[in-house]
Order: sequence, then C-alpha cells, then structure tokens
Amino acid sequence: MLDQTIRTHVFENGLTLLLEPMPDVQSAAFTVLVPAGSIYDPPHGNGTSTLLCEMMSRGAGDRDSRQLSAALDTLGVQRSEGSGPSHMSFSGATLGDNLVDTLTLYADILLRPQLPEDEFEAAKASVEQTLRSTEDEPRQKLLQELRRKTYPAPWGLPSDGSLDDLPNITPEWVRRHYDRCFRPNNTIVAIAGRFNPKLIQAQIEDLLGGWHIAPQLDVPIGESVPVFEHIEHESTQTHIGISYPSVPYNHPDYFAAWAAVSVLSGGSSSRLFTEVREKRGLCYSVSASLSTLKHDGRVMCYAGTTAERAQETLDVTVAELRRIADGIQEDELDRCKARAKSSLIMAQESTSSRSSSMASDWHHLGRVTTLDEIRDRIEALTVDTVLDYVHRYPANNLTILTLGPERLKMPS
Amino acid sequence: MQFHQTRLPNGLQIVAELNPRAYSVSLGFMVNAGSRDETADASGVSHFLEHMAFKGNDRYTADDVNRIFDELGAKYNAYTSEEVTFYHAAVLPEYLPRTFELLSILPFPSLRQEDFDVEKKVILEEIGMYQDQPNWVAFEAVMQQFFRGHPLGNSILGTSDSITALTSEQMRAYHAQRYRAGNIVLAVTGNTTWDEVQRLAETYCGKWPEGSPGRQTPANRPAPAQRVITKADSVQQQVAQMAPAPSAVDPHRFAAELLSVIVGDHGGSRLYWDLVDTGDAEGADLGYHEYHGSGAWMTYLTCAPEDVARNLARIHEIYDEVNCNGVTETEVQQAKSKVASRVVLRGERPKGRLGSLAGNWVYRQEYRSIEDDLSDLRSVTVESIRKLLDEFPLAQLSTATVGPLEALTVS
Repeated sequence: MLDQTIRTHVFENGLTLLLEPMPDVQSAAFTVLVPAGSIYDPPHGNGTSTLLCEMMSRGAGDRDSRQLSAALDTLGVQRSEGSGPSHMSFSGATLGDNLVDTLTLYADILLRPQLPEDEFEAAKASVEQTLRSTEDEPRQKLLQELRRKTYPAPWGLPSDGSLDDLPNITPEWVRRHYDRCFRPNNTIVAIAGRFNPKLIQAQIEDLLGGWHIAPQLDVPIGESVPVFEHIEHESTQTHIGISYPSVPYNHPDYFAAWAAVSVLSGGSSSRLFTEVREKRGLCYSVSASLSTLKHDGRVMCYAGTTAERAQETLDVTVAELRRIADGIQEDELDRCKARAKSSLIMAQESTSSRSSSMASDWHHLGRVTTLDEIRDRIEALTVDTVLDYVHRYPANNLTILTLGPERLKMPS
Repeated sequence: MQFHQTRLPNGLQIVAELNPRAYSVSLGFMVNAGSRDETADASGVSHFLEHMAFKGNDRYTADDVNRIFDELGAKYNAYTSEEVTFYHAAVLPEYLPRTFELLSILPFPSLRQEDFDVEKKVILEEIGMYQDQPNWVAFEAVMQQFFRGHPLGNSILGTSDSITALTSEQMRAYHAQRYRAGNIVLAVTGNTTWDEVQRLAETYCGKWPEGSPGRQTPANRPAPAQRVITKADSVQQQVAQMAPAPSAVDPHRFAAELLSVIVGDHGGSRLYWDLVDTGDAEGADLGYHEYHGSGAWMTYLTCAPEDVARNLARIHEIYDEVNCNGVTETEVQQAKSKVASRVVLRGERPKGRLGSLAGNWVYRQEYRSIEDDLSDLRSVTVESIRKLLDEFPLAQLSTATVGPLEALTVS
C-alpha cells in the first residue's frame, strides 16, 4: 500500500548510499552520518567532535568559510550539522534541481575541509557560548545530566562537550579527530526526494568512491548503576528526569518497547498525560520516550513542576511507570497503532524525515526498513506481547535525577 | 493545487487549498482572539481558554476529546498568540469527517468549573516553565517595553496573579464576545474535496453564533525604554530589542522579511559573520514581526554579560551601515534563494500550508499560493529595500535584558 522504492548500494570502500526517490515532491533531502561522534573524543577532550563539527563548515575545497556559506545559500540549502554520540551528522534539504551541485559542495566538506587554524579560537568560543547557555536552561541541563548518569562514559558524555574539558582541546586534537574518524567505511549517505537515482549514484561514486578506508575504532561498553541524585539550582520549577533499562532499536522486542512507551506517553490519552497533567494538574510538560544507542536502550522520562508539587509529581509518575505491569487495555494499544499508522503515511510527505530514517535504520540494522514493514510489525503487536516485554523490562532500578531548589525523596 | 472560498450565512469564512495527490489533510479554526483583546483584569484568558477548549462540551468529556483524537491518529494542537488562537489537526483523508466533528467542538467548550480549576494549575505550571527559559522572559519583557500602553504589550500567558484571580465567569464573558462565527476562519489543505469541506462546515459550524466583534488597532507610539531583569546566578545575558517595522498589510513586508534574512538570519547574515562566527555571541538575530496595524524589528542577542555593551555597539554600527548604505545586489540574490527554498519546502506538506492559508485570510483577506509568495519575493530589489529603510530604519529602541547584569549601558 505504501509505494516506496529504496535503492541501497555499498561502494568498495565501505560507504553506504541509500536512495529513495519520492514522486510528489519538489525537494530533496540528505543525511550523512560519519562515525566521528563524541564517543571518539580523546580523554579529557569531551567536546573535540563538536569543535571539529564547528570547524568543518569554516571553509572546504577552494572555498573559504564565507564563500562556502554563500554557495550553499545560493543553492537554498537548509542545513544543519551536529555531533551525536556515535556520528557526526550533516543534513540538509533543497529543491531537487539543486541536489547535484549541493552534493558536490558536501564532498568538499567531508573530504577537503580547510580546518583553518586562524579560526580555531573563534570556533572554540562558539562552542563555549553554547555550553554556557545550557547552564541557564534547567530542562536541557537536567536531560544532559540524566544521560550522563544513564549511559556509562563515553556513551553518556554530553555530545556538545563540557566547559571543564573545552580549554584542553587544541587544534592538533581536532585535526587528529578528523584524521582518525573521517572515513568511508561505516559512513552512510541517505537521500530522499526528487532526483534521478542512477545519476545520483554515479555522482556519489565519482565524488566519494576514491575516499580511503581507515581502521574501525572500538569503544568499550561499560556498566552503569542506578542513582538518585539532586542538582541544586535556583529555578522556578523542579525538573525531574527518570531513566530505566529498555532495548535498542535492533532488538526483537523493540516494537513492544515502543508500544509500552506509547501507552505511557504517546498522545494526550496516554497514561502520564492523563494521570499527571489532566487529572491532577501537576505539570504542563510530562513525557517518556525511548532512547536508543546501537547496543543499548533506555526509557527516559521528564517532568517539570513547581517545587511544592514536585514530590507528588515524582511519586505519581513513578507509580504510572510501574502500574503498566498490571495490565494494558486493548483500546490503549489500538490508539498507539492508529497514531503510528498515520505517522508512517505522513512520513511520505517529508523528504527530511525519510532521509534521516533511512540513515538511522542502516546504522542500527544494516538495512532499511520499509514503512510497510514497520506498519506490519506494529499491527502484529498484541496486549500479551507488550505485557510480556513490560514484565521482562520493568520500571525498577530507576535512575532519578532532579534539578531545582529542593531535594526530593525517593518514591517508595 | 486548487483554491476555494466561501462564507456561511452565520459569517464563518472558509478557505481551502486542495491537492488530491497529498497523503493527508489538514484543517484548522483560526479565531481572531489573542492577548491584545484582553482587559487587564483578565490577562491570560485567551490562552487559558485555548486549554479549556480541549475539555469538551455537553456531548464529549475531556477524556473523550483526548481519546478520540488519538483513535483517529490525528496530529493536533493549538496555540495562542497576541492576535489569534489557532486550533488545528492533520489526519489521513479517511478520518477527516470524524476529525472535523471533534475539532469543531473545541471553539465552543462547556467550560465546566471542575475542569477550569484543574487546568488553572496546569497554566500556572506553564508560566513556571517559561520563567525557567530566559529567552522567553526577555521576549515578553521587550514586548511590554515596546508596546507600552498598547494592547500588543499584553502578556499571552498572563501572570501567576492574574491567572489565580481569573474566574470562569470572566472566561465565559470573553468567550461570548470573541468566539463568534464572523470572527473565525476555517482553513483546509490537502487531500479532500471542496464539496466535502462545505458539507462538513455546514453540518458542524452552521449553528455557531453570528457576529464579528472587531478589534481596535491603535497606532503604537514607542518611546525609548529599557528594562533590566537581574538573575544573579545566570551565566549568559539575554538581550531583546525592538523598533518599528511594517505592519501585516504594508506592501513593504516582503522587503522587510528579506532584509531580516540579509542582516540577521541565524547563519550567513551580517550579524552572524560579525558576532556569532567570531564567537563573540552565542546568537545575534534580527527578526521581522508583523501584526494588525503594527510591525516590529526584533533584535535578539545572547552572550557573556561582560561582552554585552561591546556587542550591542557593534550591532548599532551594523544597523547604521545598513541604514546609510543599504544592502548589495549579491546579498539580495542569496537571501532570495534561501527564502524561496524555505517557502517551497514548507509548502510541500498540507500541514505546512495550513498556517499561511489561514493567516493570509485572517490578516489580509487574501489567498496567496506558493507561486504568489515566490513572485513577490522575486520582485524585491535593492531599491525597494532602500525605500523600506527610509521609512523603517533598523533600530534598537526598546530593550529588555535578563541575566547577571544589574544595569545596561547602551551607547
């Protein structure tokens, strides 16, 4: 029913190209994932990958920073770059007619960045500005620290870097990060939208086919222990973060985990929204979502509430996370399925959504799932399969982090 | 894409831009009701009412509304601004009738007292949440400075005090005055037929009360003003500044949008290269905000407190330079490419077209296709930007700042 043609091609040097032509759009969107994320930051150099990312657009090939920016603007490219735990990502969207010229510029960025040393201090100052601003955003700060407590280092370290480590980072570290991490093997290029797939595949072969393979880097996977901690902060609200074990995207139980979290927090008839916000008026914002690394997954929850109601919010939220083990109604699961179906079909209206999903699929699964396949897997879920998952991954061993004026008590 | 419009006998205006090849259909009711329509003793009522809309009517409880929208897989929400409240949903075409029925009950809720009392707590939490976002605090403060004594200076959320004191009777009175068919626009985009739109509208909106309360649009006469909100334990300083710009019906508005991109877009603009690329500021943006009868340039700066004075002086120099010498042909061409691409990309999804279809009708009684927007964009020249600047020079008239500083020295 969902009419998709997806082309995958792995070049000799290990670079993967994923193409999805979409008939009814004018735009084309791309996502490039390079295995150069923050988990590869050197010791005491948390932020190296982010700083490299900041430097990557400051000139490439024959163009200096301003010329590169002007060339991309002239092509109407709406772009964003960022460093996550495992990858540095470069994504953008523009009119399909401009795709070929845009990819040519991105080949320069990936293979021939200038990394100009005279701009290093400015780039570092930019990264520092972002980190300083996070200190003033209690919700962001809390979620960043929750991640740090949830996943062992280096997986849980903030991808944006840290104010403590930033002064240590030198131009040499940044250059070395590029030399170690930028390589075609395990790099993923995904493009969706209006273009000629044969022509684009030939162009990518031409632009990136000669990129030299480099050795894969291994990062150890450690263990984390549950903690209950408080960060003192003069905020209006108390910000509450909770995490507990789940499964990663490539796990057979993933869709059951997705359904369990949707019953808790998908849509406004979900349990957290109903019990915490609608019935008790305890907060404006309360949510749970699945966070997934390639090898590990967690449920992450957030609630923000004024200090005097923070304890009740924490207690009610944790009670809901646990109550799901007592049972799920058939109609709760049906609503999750209806919402998923609508999201899957509407994804076909967005080139950006398709290019990023394809890239993420390849990273986690080594293949691209079609929207039809996802829909079938969601349709196949039953209350029993979801409950079975919930019983094997209960909301125990919670990591709870609070940030605000007053410390809370651990819920019973 | 095909445009249609009509008006029901009770005054409800209907606009639709239909596309049989789209995967989804989007619909929304835009009500001419926002914080500018409030009296001081009911500050925040428009936004609180928007929350109450989801609490249902005599047929549907709050739980029903939440549950049925989820059963339909609808992506739905609402927002309140200074001037409008917009209730909107996107669904698969086969669920349009049921979604339409449910969305159409939102503007006429029962306003039950027990729902009002619980939701009041949620609103107070929302106010608390925004108080923890320094950029929002600065935005609201600068609006109050720039529109001092003018209805556009009213707070959208209200204050903890005004919300605590607000009664359901005040909300009923406000609702009875503003929520009338002649004051509402129904917009539909995407995959459905015009016959279906008309049928649904007649069925579910035909009995809405008539009337169109209108709105006062007094001229804003801003005087230089400054407000410093000191938060000693903050790290960064936020500075927001406003100055007069074209209103929502001024033909200069396309030039104004383009100029804001040239001077203050978040990447590749004059402010970006001089302040952000250099690491002197985390952000330095110029935005153009249009309202009924007014418009504003909005400058937004985030940086270390000790760098504020120098950065503001630098922005002042950049504005002076633009005011004196205008912009270059190359800058205009680049900005046009950027904006054209944004217009086309946003317009690819029915959801992305809905707000602009409704907004163009509410603000200008005008249908504008993507092609119309692109053609007006193409017509902007270095000369038309020159004329705009002669009438509305870039300036830093009203200032609000949030952060560690106790005083602000502006040259």
